[in-house]
Amino acid sequence: MISIQNLRKLFPGPDGPVTVLNGISLEIAQGETFGIIGRSGAGKSTLVRCVNMLERPTTGNIRVAAREMTTLNGAALGEARRGIGMIFQHFNLLSSRTAAQNIALPLELIGHPRGEIARRVDEMLALVGLSERRDAYPAQLSGGQKQRVGIARALATKPSVLLCDEATSALDPETTKQILALLKEINRSLGLTIMLITHEMEVVREVADRVAVLDHGEVVESGRVFDVFTDPRHPVSRSFVGEVLNRELPEALASRMHQSPSSAEHLVFRIIFTGPSANQPIVSEMVRRFGLSFNILQGHVDYIQGSPYGTLTVEASGTEQAKQSALDFLRLNNLKVEILGRVPATDRAVA
Amino acid sequence: MSQRLIGLLLDALWETLAMVGVSCFLAALVGIPLGVVLLVTQRGHIAESPLFNRVVGALVNATRSTPFIILMVAIIPLTRLIVGTSIGTWAAAVPLTLAAIPFVARLAEASLREVDPGLIEAAQAMGATPRQIVAKVLIPEALPGIVAGMTITVVSLIGYSAMAGAVGGGGLGDLGIRYGYQRFEGEVMAAVVVVLIVLVSLVQWAGDRLARQLNKRLTAKQAAAI
Repeated sequence: MISIQNLRKLFPGPDGPVTVLNGISLEIAQGETFGIIGRSGAGKSTLVRCVNMLERPTTGNIRVAAREMTTLNGAALGEARRGIGMIFQHFNLLSSRTAAQNIALPLELIGHPRGEIARRVDEMLALVGLSERRDAYPAQLSGGQKQRVGIARALATKPSVLLCDEATSALDPETTKQILALLKEINRSLGLTIMLITHEMEVVREVADRVAVLDHGEVVESGRVFDVFTDPRHPVSRSFVGEVLNRELPEALASRMHQSPSSAEHLVFRIIFTGPSANQPIVSEMVRRFGLSFNILQGHVDYIQGSPYGTLTVEASGTEQAKQSALDFLRLNNLKVEILGRVPATDRAVA
Repeated sequence: MSQRLIGLLLDALWETLAMVGVSCFLAALVGIPLGVVLLVTQRGHIAESPLFNRVVGALVNATRSTPFIILMVAIIPLTRLIVGTSIGTWAAAVPLTLAAIPFVARLAEASLREVDPGLIEAAQAMGATPRQIVAKVLIPEALPGIVAGMTITVVSLIGYSAMAGAVGGGGLGDLGIRYGYQRFEGEVMAAVVVVLIVLVSLVQWAGDRLARQLNKRLTAKQAAAI
């Protein structure tokens, strides 16, 4: 649905051109919700603006619904843009128009007859659950309500693509959840393709099917959200994932491990369960089989795109032989194991 | 107050209202679009044309920097061409209009510039043409500011119109000078000043009220507090 090839964008700077996007290539399928995550300055806002030509790419190609965007101008560009809705971080609603009038704006621009506009506006207000507030001005609406109006306005012309530029970044966590749920719902019910820019991994986890991690104008990692979450490869991805899935070791444990010799008796390791293995009692089986004793230091289970993802950090004591067999057993059962370090036996474990 | 004084005041008031009314109307008609042009032809704006922008900007600045009394005399040939004579109330309306146009244009430009660039971007994303952006976004959003600018213009023109006596334009200011100053009738001078104060206060009150009604950016609570 959206195909970006070798996109480069340079901005003029005081010391010559600055490369903001450097050879981006992405394919976003019809009906997919695709997240693009990056720190501020990574170029993600520029990237999403290139899709509807609010920013002209320096080189590269962008196709939306099989139409090459980079060569369009004037009326043809205007027409193509009607097939691409967009919502913004600060909503960008006209303060002089009511909710209903804001939603009517894109239809007025096309020159739809008045009756048709009124019907469509009613439909859109109902879709976003704001029929009651149709005559309120933006100043009288909450942030979440404003973004609902923004969504209704973006969808009024029945676009096939929706671009979201930090659409929830100005909202509180509760409202963010509601707006994301609404986006998910319209993605399903209307078969809309959504390209979503954010700096919050939580947003990606909540709605996206696939994600691309943007850093310094380049895609450093991309893939299914579950895969990137459970096995982030690039340091930037890891730090994003770390914000949502707390994988940091407790301070006390980390410093104990740091001071202990590598020959210390107790082994500290982390077991990672993903997908179906998270539902099986492999750990208790291991304890029974190899006669190890265990101290659980940390544990989490998260759900990403409906699949469980768990981590369990343990301190194990027993013979070296038993420890080794236990690790082999876990790996044999397709669990990931990360050895974190060792602590001496005399030390009392802090749970 | 004598019958004669009331008659003089009413005549002068009418002349002032006529001069200021006509020139403000015409100045808005030309000045607001000119303000739009000054903004949108800037580099990076929706209809950028930097050279054109610089030329128009220079013309506007030149007109604005000419003292009104000089402008009034300098354009007498133009005035004669337009109204057929160079003296009288209507003749005074020509230089008043000419002086007000760049004034309105700069005030309108400033208000239009205050419109959130995000709104222009949103309209562009909807496929709006530059013309549609001006008509549907820039002007409606800047309207409270433009109305406030027009209020300032009316008040300034009431002041300028006092100089209209120089070309026989009449009006309140002229009455004050001729009777109050040249004929030592202090009573007339005082009456003129009182009428002007009332007139300016009324204009300011009405302008503020209209601008407030048009401004939907405030919540009900904020609007009530003003």
